[in-house]
Amino acid sequence: MAIFYILLLFMIIAAIIAVETKDLLSSIICVGAVGVGTSIMFLFLRAPDIAITQIVVEVLGLIILIRATISRDLTFITGDREFFGTVVSVVIIFVIFLAGIKVFETLPDFGTPLIAKVPNVASNTYIKEGLAKTGAANIVAAIILDYRGYDTLGEATVLFTSIVGAVVLLRRKNKKLLEEPDE
Amino acid sequence: MPYALCFLLFMVGLYCAVVKKNIVKIVIGLAIMEYAVNLFLIMLGYRTGGTAPIIDKTYLEPGTGQIAASFVNSAVDPLPQALVLTAIVIALGSLALMVSMCIRIYEKYGTLDITEIRRLKG
Amino acid sequence: MKGMTVIVKTIASWVKVLIFLFGINIIIFGHLTPGGGFAGGVILASSYVLLMLAFGREFAEKNLSLPAASKIDCLGAFLFALIAILGFAFGGIFFVNYLVKYSQPLRLISAGTIPLSNIAIGLKVGASLFLVILTLSMFRPDVSTGKKE
Repeated sequence: MAIFYILLLFMIIAAIIAVETKDLLSSIICVGAVGVGTSIMFLFLRAPDIAITQIVVEVLGLIILIRATISRDLTFITGDREFFGTVVSVVIIFVIFLAGIKVFETLPDFGTPLIAKVPNVASNTYIKEGLAKTGAANIVAAIILDYRGYDTLGEATVLFTSIVGAVVLLRRKNKKLLEEPDE
Repeated sequence: MPYALCFLLFMVGLYCAVVKKNIVKIVIGLAIMEYAVNLFLIMLGYRTGGTAPIIDKTYLEPGTGQIAASFVNSAVDPLPQALVLTAIVIALGSLALMVSMCIRIYEKYGTLDITEIRRLKG
Repeated sequence: MKGMTVIVKTIASWVKVLIFLFGINIIIFGHLTPGGGFAGGVILASSYVLLMLAFGREFAEKNLSLPAASKIDCLGAFLFALIAILGFAFGGIFFVNYLVKYSQPLRLISAGTIPLSNIAIGLKVGASLFLVILTLSMFRPDVSTGKKE
């Protein structure tokens, strides 16, 4: 349990550095540190599938983010902040944080999930009958591709649409094609 | 108590997305919020002293091939893991879209400061 | 985007093959070990990104050009939809696992349509992410303040 607290404190400190520093390249590297911290935490929370996916996605996300800042002249942020707006935002965020802490007392304790308390929950059925009905030894793969295949279909559609949108936004009009119909 | 620290990480990302003026900083705040939410969902399914939800030969009964009761009593919850798996990849796709929008905004307005962009309205 | 020094180019040309093979391993054994289609597809994309970063953008574009990557992307999505529709034809319900009666558990060829879906998703995710990173690196902004390009 101590390892969870150490990793969470490391992630919070890295996130605070990412928010406050003035150089954009340093803050992107600190976001990378937060991602590596979450991947190690997934490994300790007994989710190896998610740990593999998180570390490779975070590496590609860093490459995409760096492309937004490199070869720009404006990597340093200038100008003064408005004092009043910052203070009001911090107060409101603190109030939301306290309200959230109150809500978390209704959740079960950390370490006893729902499947230990209620015996008829869907996850218990997936664990007991997963191998017999689908034949897959990896129960998470059996869930995302057999029991809940619609969610995977929707996710493939969302990924496809967002990539098509990103490619269309970055299209460059060819100037020669614009000049020919004028003659 | 780990829930509270994870929520604090989410609040740090929210503060960055609300208060900062640079567009790339806002995108960084959104990325921190996404990591915090995925972490919180997986923390909900953790069982102390549990095992990962992958069946090995040691978990099958030797005669019939059924799943042993020790596995059913000690596995962590596989359902939040399935949901978070798709959420991580969708976050990458939306990050690519946000970054391409940032590049286009920089090309059109010449600056990355959102107060200047609100004034120009080109 | 230019390439890097000779040391980086030599090591990258050995390592990218290992990364590609590792990605294929994670996709194909997705129903037995942790991994699956999404993680394996992203690893396949990152092997091509390594090629692009080490050798320059033009070399990577000759290897897997922009129209070829988008065609592989569409092929992956179409295969995934085809597997789902064939469930309707063979089993009577959309997306049912119709090959599971031929399987023995804990072997490579088992679990019905799950390995086939993993391969389709791996192709799709890998080609999409390589496409977007190639497009991002091809973009050269002209900064003229206030005017449209």
